[in-house]
Amino acid sequence: MVTGTYEPTIIGFLCNWCAYQGADLAGTSRMEYPPNVRPVRVMCTGRIDPTFILKAFAEGADGVLVGGCHPGDCHYLEGNYKAIRRITMVRRMLEQFGIEPERFRLEWVSASEGAKWAKIVEEMTEQVRDLGPLQWWENVREA
Amino acid sequence: MPKLWPWAQGKTETKAEAKVEAEAEKKAESEQKSGRPSMAKPKMALYWAASCGGCEIAVVRLYEKILDVANTFEIVLWPCVMDFKYKDVEALPDKSILITLFNGAIRNSEQEHMARMLREKSQVLVAYGACAHIGGIPGLGNVSNRQDIFERAYRETPSTVNEEGTYPQLSFQVPEGELTLPEFYDTVRALDQVVPVDYYIPGCPPTKHQTEAVVEAVIAAVTEGAELPPAGSVIGASTKTVCDDCPRIREEKSIKAIYRPYQIIPDPEKCLLDQGILCAGPATRGGCEAPCPQVNMPCIGCYGPSPGAMDQGAKLLSAVTSNIDSRDPEEIERILGGIPDSIAAFYMFGLPASLLHRIRLERGAAREAEAAAKGAQ
Repeated sequence: MVTGTYEPTIIGFLCNWCAYQGADLAGTSRMEYPPNVRPVRVMCTGRIDPTFILKAFAEGADGVLVGGCHPGDCHYLEGNYKAIRRITMVRRMLEQFGIEPERFRLEWVSASEGAKWAKIVEEMTEQVRDLGPLQWWENVREA
Repeated sequence: MPKLWPWAQGKTETKAEAKVEAEAEKKAESEQKSGRPSMAKPKMALYWAASCGGCEIAVVRLYEKILDVANTFEIVLWPCVMDFKYKDVEALPDKSILITLFNGAIRNSEQEHMARMLREKSQVLVAYGACAHIGGIPGLGNVSNRQDIFERAYRETPSTVNEEGTYPQLSFQVPEGELTLPEFYDTVRALDQVVPVDYYIPGCPPTKHQTEAVVEAVIAAVTEGAELPPAGSVIGASTKTVCDDCPRIREEKSIKAIYRPYQIIPDPEKCLLDQGILCAGPATRGGCEAPCPQVNMPCIGCYGPSPGAMDQGAKLLSAVTSNIDSRDPEEIERILGGIPDSIAAFYMFGLPASLLHRIRLERGAAREAEAAAKGAQ
């Protein structure tokens, strides 16, 4: 059973132009939301190598949240479409690895959507908390 | 270090290189003094663990060069070809074998014991072939576990009759005494996940000319004191990807649908990935001279991750999906539906050496049940 002290660790990969600014707005607007997401700023969701996501899970993340610009709004025109393609496949593969779909999300958050960001983080933190710790290293260690 | 392993970091540093050089120097000195080659040949061992035997054939395929191997080395273990007993190797002093070519992954306790023993006895331990290098085809066993594999192999297969439900046991009493079997593990491991490895020779199997080059280099190191590559290197391979060797023409990639090789007749000139066939070339280390794409078959990734890549499957996934020609999430889903088994598609050879290593085991649940049972007592 998950004890009351368990707090999920969620790694967030946020694009510099939209999701990171959105998260920043949530902070400067003094919105309250769970502190479970550890944000990593990248220039574009199209720069997110699937290796980043696998490494996050392999090294102890309970969830991974990717945030980018809405389709059509990419600062580099095409980056977030590339991200949709990659992340669709990563999601299917993670399911095959036995990682629940709730642990991995792709969300579009614009620079003005601080409230949306806070809501997404709140929702995802709850879902991952309910799922319990992932502790991927347990699979690697010999019994 | 060529590979980044959170759980094996810092374990691959051995003094093998220095020792080989010292050995060669000593030998050269003694030869100079006596004016003739010294009599004692350096020892060599070849071993197979979880493998198919193809790597053994790759060694025999050295043809007449195998005579140079026999002339230069005293072979002390080669179960596929010659009759030696484990206990004779166990009786050798530590580090008395100059070089061991180890092929096959580690999936049971006997293989692990041999890997540890040969590491103790060898100055240079070489992971020979894809299975020892990155886990290989047996590594796909990591999408399952011991119980399910036994269930399938000893009960479910259509050709199996097992009415009594007999499964392999670790030990069994017969009138003549106790019979034992090695323990089968849930998880398949590459050689360097069990013991430190000095060199990696990739391939399924390693190609003839690459094996030749490595054998020549080692013989030169032994007889003439030539320099060996730095410990931890991948040898007998290039530092670029398979695409670099592939003669096919790459254009702007635009995948509208994904095909299995039998579903279409590919254009012999154009890049296979352009034509929607999953080809592991962009994510795979070269050096094989791309024999598969040249006969209309896609690369399946046996040479392991391209230099610098941490996870071959993730890189291949990235290369394939970013060239899907669609912006519509539903259409993308539909196109990617052409890859029904993503782990096998992206990690045909490298699952044990990948970041996630295997699919999730229900260990956590089992531990919780155990704790609950303890609490109830």
